[in-house]
Amino acid sequence: MNVGLEQFLTVSFLLFALGLLGVIMRRNLLVIYMSLELMLNAANLALVSFSRFNNKLDGQVVVFFIITVAAAEVAVGLALIVALFRKRPTAHVEDLATLKL
Amino acid sequence: MESLNSLLDGTLVSTGLFYLFATFTLVCAALVVANPFSRNPVTSAMFLVLAIISMAGLFLLLHAFFLAAVQILVYAGAVIVLFLFVIMLLEIKEELRRRINLFGFFAGILSVGLIVRLFIDCLHQSPATSAANPSIEGDTAPLGKLLFTQFVLPFEVVSVLLLVAMVGVIFLSSRDSKPRISAPSSGTEPGVGKESTAVPQSTAPTTASTQTKH
Repeated sequence: MNVGLEQFLTVSFLLFALGLLGVIMRRNLLVIYMSLELMLNAANLALVSFSRFNNKLDGQVVVFFIITVAAAEVAVGLALIVALFRKRPTAHVEDLATLKL
Repeated sequence: MESLNSLLDGTLVSTGLFYLFATFTLVCAALVVANPFSRNPVTSAMFLVLAIISMAGLFLLLHAFFLAAVQILVYAGAVIVLFLFVIMLLEIKEELRRRINLFGFFAGILSVGLIVRLFIDCLHQSPATSAANPSIEGDTAPLGKLLFTQFVLPFEVVSVLLLVAMVGVIFLSSRDSKPRISAPSSGTEPGVGKESTAVPQSTAPTTASTQTKH
């Protein structure tokens, strides 16, 4: 009963599904963003486990880049949310359904 | 490090730790997405911290020590703090319960179920290629060596990306406040860039009027 690649991948898939569920179902802009982070983390977990069980370190380097890009993406996205909130004080996606502000 | 390795290699201990961390990660992620007790985004952010920390534990079980540290430093340290800052800054009230969109609800459930089904099928049909006894170690030294030899170009590109993100964030968060600052004090110093744009606007009507006079 050793923990292998399959178990880690299962956790990763479930985590991705949870994140996707959050993106689709939730209506709060910030919670949607957090669910996006969960999906990115699921991809990271899959990459690290592939790297471990294939005896190659490349996957971990890719995860390092993903973490960096995710940090930049969060900064820009939250700045956009703040700028949007100044024009329209709501964080509910159904109130932001028009292209024009 | 030796004691940590020997602890991680003990099969029973590592199996138990795997199930502990995996369960904790999934439960916390579920609470981020749908918390039955609170609809406050701060609660979601806190559970996201817990999910990320237990995921760092999973990284430790995969011998990715450097990434576990980076995960905690960057995600739990920086990203979540940013989230909390924005939540506090916007003063988002507790989300009101709205009428749930039934079509969206079932479409979401259906699509997520189909994707999970796809994943499971992939997992079953793929050949078992995992190494019999994985021996790779994700310490800082080998990762850094790889990062500065084989992946040096992406590394530099990522540094430029961080710079671009920083400039973009400063631009996005300062653009809206500029007119508000310079509006009451129209004749004073602040906003040199703004004044250069304002000068043609003020001179254009006068030149137009002088042209019409002549």
